Order: sequence, then C-alpha cells, then structure tokens
Amino acid sequence: MEMNVTDLACTRGGMRVLEGVSFDVPSGRALVLRGPNGIGKTTLLRTLAGLQPADAGSVTPGPEAIAYASHADGNKAVLTVAENLTFWARLHGTSDIRPALRDFNLEALETRPAGSLSAGQKRRLGLARMAVTGRPIWLFDEPTVSLDTDSVALFAAAVDRHLGAGGSAIVATHIDLGLEGETLELAPFRAEAPEDHHDAFHEAFL
Amino acid sequence: MIALLKRDLALSVRAGGGFGLALAFFLIVVTLTPFAVGPDSGTLSPIAAGILWLGALLSCLLSLDRILALDFEDGALELLATAPIPLEGVATVKALAHWLTTGLPLTLAAPALGVLLNLPEPGFKWLTLSLAIGTPALSVIGTFGAALTVGLKRGGLLLSLIVLPLYVPTLIFGAEVARRGAQGMPLETPLALLGGITLATLALLPFASAAAIRINLR
Repeated sequence: MEMNVTDLACTRGGMRVLEGVSFDVPSGRALVLRGPNGIGKTTLLRTLAGLQPADAGSVTPGPEAIAYASHADGNKAVLTVAENLTFWARLHGTSDIRPALRDFNLEALETRPAGSLSAGQKRRLGLARMAVTGRPIWLFDEPTVSLDTDSVALFAAAVDRHLGAGGSAIVATHIDLGLEGETLELAPFRAEAPEDHHDAFHEAFL
Repeated sequence: MIALLKRDLALSVRAGGGFGLALAFFLIVVTLTPFAVGPDSGTLSPIAAGILWLGALLSCLLSLDRILALDFEDGALELLATAPIPLEGVATVKALAHWLTTGLPLTLAAPALGVLLNLPEPGFKWLTLSLAIGTPALSVIGTFGAALTVGLKRGGLLLSLIVLPLYVPTLIFGAEVARRGAQGMPLETPLALLGGITLATLALLPFASAAAIRINLR
C-alpha cells in the first residue's frame, strides 16, 4: 500500500523536533530513515503509527493500515513464543502464526517461555509479531538492535518478502539492510530552535 | 477482545501473576480483626458487614497497579494502542479481567469469612449480593486510576490516593446493603444506589481510562 506524508510536524516532550517532513513510500518499496541520535526518528514513527498527534501535516493512510515495532517488544515473559504470537494474531484478526515463526527461525523455540529467550531471540519474536498483524505498512524503530548477522539477514529477507507481496516499510536504522527503496536523511527537517522570549514575565526574574 | 481477556487471565494465574494475593490479603485482614477488637461475638457481629466490605475493598486495591503498569513497562500497551480494538475496549477488558481474578473470588470467599466474624445469618445472602454488584465498580474505578498513573515510576501509592476517595460511594452503599441485610432492615434504596453507581462507572469510566492512557502514551 502506498503511503504519503505531507508537511508533517511532530513534537516530543512539548518541543517541536521535526517540521515539513514530506515523503512517499510506494507499494513494494521501503524507506530507510537516517539521522543522528535525537533527531526525531522515533517521534516521527510514533506519529505515523498514531500514538501521538501530528502538529501539522497529513499522513495517509491512517494508523489502521500501519503496524509499528517500537524499541520494546511487548512480549510476555511467562507466555510461550507461540502463545505470544497467537495473541497478537488473534488481536489483529489473523490466525496463522506458522509463516511468522518460520521467517524468523522461531520454530524450535515455539514452546519456550519468552522470558527464557536471549535478547536476540526476544527481538526476533518482537519482529515476528509484525508478520501476524496482516497490515500492509510496517514501521520499524531500530529493528536490528541485539540481532546477530544471520538474524539481520532473516529480518531483511522477511521485509523483502513483505515488500514483494505489495506491502511497504519504513525502517529507522543505522545499518545497511539492502532493502529496495530510498533513504531519507532527517537532519534537514530539524525544527528551528524556538526563539528566546524574554517577555515581561521572564524579565521579572532576571 | 476475547484474546486479550484470555491473555490477561492466563498471565494472572501463571508465575508472578498475583492471582490469590488479594484473596490471601482479604483472609488475613478478616482474621486479624477479632484480634484487634476482641473475640466477643457481641462486638464482632454488628461490625462484621463493614469489616468484610472494607477488607474486600483494600484487597482489591492491592492488585490495581498491575492492571496496566506491566503492559506499559514491556511496551505491550503501545502495541495494544495501535491494534484494531479501541482503547476503550482495552480498558473494559482489563477491568473485567481484574474483576474475574479479584472481585469474583473475593465475593465467593466473603460468606466463608463472614462466619469468622459472626455475621448474622440473614446477612450472608445480602453480603454476597452487595459484593457481586459492587466489586465490578471497584475494578472499573481502579482501572481508571491505573490509567491515570500508568506512566509514573512507583505510582502505586499515588494510585491508592486517587482511587480510595472514588471508592467511597461504593463502600457506603455496599456496606449499607450488607449491614441492613444482616439486621433484617429494608435495603432497596442502598441496593438500587449501589447498582446505579456500578452501572454508571461501567458506562462512563472506560472512556476516561482510554483518554488517560492515550495521554500517558504520548
């Protein structure tokens, strides 16, 4: 599904961080977000996912077409890998978790409680969740943290398959995943620092 | 939504889920009461209904901070907020799961504990009924309090301070139903008001909870 973002502005903790962000992600393509720490990659992704309102601008389609993978995976430690995935699948109205388990090499871990997995395995489970949402646009925030080289390749292959099936993806990452698509550098969209308002109220304390 | 309810119930009965904690606390509070006020049945009998209601209410309070905080900490709440079910539904299901693991067991255990406090015989039926009607309100109000404090580190104490005053109407009318029932007095008015409070909280507070969660997730 195609995604259009026009003139988007977003805020973090009351501070405008990004302004005038515009891009298109056509079906079957990925967009890689780049920029230094604190530029607002996470804020942009959260805004696109509908977790916080945009200050200005428009995003189509809305959050109902978007699946979002944040830094945290949302796995429940006492539930098994299969139970965790089945829950997200049923919540999104899908039922088949087999392809997701296969794509992220979790089949051997299926009956293990998520709490007993290694950091990389937990991450893979968190990423496999995206495959069971059945949503066309995937947003990833630093998806490769704590993944080894093989798992990064697995992840890239899974996203590639998703793109091949007509989906699209936006990935904030610092490494090269070899995905089909553009790269967007966020630094030019950094919001102007607010002017110092030395108004009467402040001056009273100076 | 049923998937979410099933998951929450599964989480509460597995290791560290806290199922039974409220029940055990209820048992201890009720058992300690005769030690504090004396074992004389003439002293215990008139206050039995009130103690049982107060004990149930405090036990309910104990597990409130788990309703949303755990999901917030591991990121599941954000993912739930982007899922196809509305946050109002999430709040309702969370309250229902809390009631099924806390309010319902408390209601079922209360008559047995009534014996320990020498609750007059006609009171058992009304105590159970008043708890069955009143405890859902405790869970729904508690979910609202949990939603307000969800982003805060160690918000448990603040949660109690916010929620306890909101519990007052339910406590007044719930305990009144049980007390009047035990003494064989007419109890239609407090019973109707108790039911009214529960229905009103059920109808309104999920929206407030969802709004609070949305703000805290920003």
